[in-house]
Amino acid sequence: MAAAFLAAAMTSVAFGQGTAAPPVPDTLQQRIAACTTCHGVHGEGTPGSKYFPRLAGKPAGYLARQIQNFQDGLRKYPPMEYTVRNLSPAYMHEIADYFSVQQVPYARSPVPPVTAAILQRGEQLARDGDPQRKVPACASCHGVELTGVEPAIPGLVGLPYDYISSQLGAWRTHTRAMRKPDCMAVIAGRLQESDITAVAAWLASRTLPAHVRPQPAGSVKPPLPCGVLEVLGAGA
Amino acid sequence: MRRWVVILVVVVVLAVLGGWLWMAGQRADNVAIPEVGDLSAAALADPALVAQGAYLAAAGDCAGCHSVRGGPPYAGGRGIPTPFGTIPGPNLTPDPETGIGGWSFADFWRALHHGQRKDGQWLYPAFPFTSYTKVTPGDARAIFAYLHSLPAVRQETEAAKLSFPYNLRATLAVWRARYFQPGVFQPDAGQSAAWNRGAYLVQGLGHCNECHAPRNAWGATAGTWLSGGEIPRQDWYAPDLSMQANGGLQGWTTGDVVDLLKTGHAAKGAAFGPMADVVADSTQHLGHADLGAIATYLATLPPRQPRQAPRSAFNVKRIAAAGEKVYRQHCADCHGGDGRGVAGVYPPLDGNSAVTEPTGINAVRTVLLGGFPPVTAGNPRPYSMPPYAQQLDDSDVALVVSYIRQAWGNKASIVRPEQVGKYRHTPID
Repeated sequence: MAAAFLAAAMTSVAFGQGTAAPPVPDTLQQRIAACTTCHGVHGEGTPGSKYFPRLAGKPAGYLARQIQNFQDGLRKYPPMEYTVRNLSPAYMHEIADYFSVQQVPYARSPVPPVTAAILQRGEQLARDGDPQRKVPACASCHGVELTGVEPAIPGLVGLPYDYISSQLGAWRTHTRAMRKPDCMAVIAGRLQESDITAVAAWLASRTLPAHVRPQPAGSVKPPLPCGVLEVLGAGA
Repeated sequence: MRRWVVILVVVVVLAVLGGWLWMAGQRADNVAIPEVGDLSAAALADPALVAQGAYLAAAGDCAGCHSVRGGPPYAGGRGIPTPFGTIPGPNLTPDPETGIGGWSFADFWRALHHGQRKDGQWLYPAFPFTSYTKVTPGDARAIFAYLHSLPAVRQETEAAKLSFPYNLRATLAVWRARYFQPGVFQPDAGQSAAWNRGAYLVQGLGHCNECHAPRNAWGATAGTWLSGGEIPRQDWYAPDLSMQANGGLQGWTTGDVVDLLKTGHAAKGAAFGPMADVVADSTQHLGHADLGAIATYLATLPPRQPRQAPRSAFNVKRIAAAGEKVYRQHCADCHGGDGRGVAGVYPPLDGNSAVTEPTGINAVRTVLLGGFPPVTAGNPRPYSMPPYAQQLDDSDVALVVSYIRQAWGNKASIVRPEQVGKYRHTPID
């Protein structure tokens, strides 16, 4: 009798353990499912979406600033504006730090078919700029290998074509902005429509450099006044 | 000849309408406004009064409408969307030209209590003077002192963008005669001090009924007090607040209500959408005594009639069964197969009015948008919900929402894919 009772009790314990939901992990990764659904668990982006940008390895200062800009209405993209609208500065920085230290392989997003001449124009803009149109080279701020500069300038490698071209377009239509003087708005305004296609196609189709980490702080001298860099320290 | 008849009819109609407007205006104008006196500069600068005003301004969530995102608080600028047009929240900082720096306390009181601007124009009821009229002169003084303590910001308020005939402020006289009852809150001697404090906060500064009640075609709150309503143009549903039988908060304890208002989440549900903003900007800053008082008052809202899900021409059982598959795949990991969620982490869906409110808007939009509950001192690193707008099409969202509205103890109507498509591109402000 006692044995039967014990067996029944053990069964119920085993049964209880078998069906009880596992405890919810007390990790930031678990908390930020709202972010990782589109940007990937490690911020690797969603290449299949052709749009959602990679966050992994971008400078934390840049990432936190973008959340702030979505909150303040400087960057307009309703799904992001809704998601981050009530994040506190502390939580925002914790999330930015998380993505900035992730190291995951880069994936390639599809690029629309463009001619070699267009890619060449894109590379020219990225490496040398267009002095006639007063367009500085992307590399003059985003780093020699366009991997970004600590603590606030994002890398331009491994981003989808649609994302890059829509961001440059957004600067022209004032749906993406930053603290004034807004250097990127000035540059985007000086680009031709075809330049946006060219530079986005070249950046998105480029072979990754050997080292993808952002350059150290202070290693570039921006050719245009940038309000956001003044806040975060010169040469940032 | 016919032309003259038409002209005559138009003239008569205009004359009658004009007379009616004038009489209604007279009536609205003749309401006695309590004399409140003025405030000296020294009284205005009293730090204790200013601090009290800061607390009360938070209770009224004044900054929510009188600030633009990323802009200086209380400097105005945010457009309040209404079915009649967009009405901006004006600058409340003490700038003499663009703010209320040139206002006396009597001017402020007239606006708050009576819905009348310093220049005598009627204010649009997008400004909830219909609720703020309950605020006592003492509390109004403190708020006025607080606003006067803010840094003056020079920022013009844009004109309201309203369609005809709502752009004629004279039409407000008619509206006021019909829908506005001025009067400071009168305590009920038969109720406890906590109940009276809660009723005062809910009915007055909290202006809860402005969202949590249905609105009629004239934009006035109508129907049962705090019984829930669709928020026009924002496309969210503010649920019924009764904690008794068939109420939106049936089964909630007063402790649950305090938790939700203080931290943004409670054992029975979480704040999201516009309520997340209210918790973040307003209620989390209230003291426990005041939050308890609010809960004490809400607990006495009467039971509601049982609601029957309307008969549907569609096969509800089959839709719910198909929706269950979507639920098992995407939702059950967090909200549980039993819809009970995880206490303190993921809200339950069984018996949650966010799921079962009459329209289904809240569940549809939450599935599409996901997001974070408010970040508060009591819940500084909340768990979040993934947005499903990219992963699920209108049909799958409709199926899963129909399922959760029918599953467990829930008995709400199903939603159709057409209702989902409508909410894919809704504004966030």
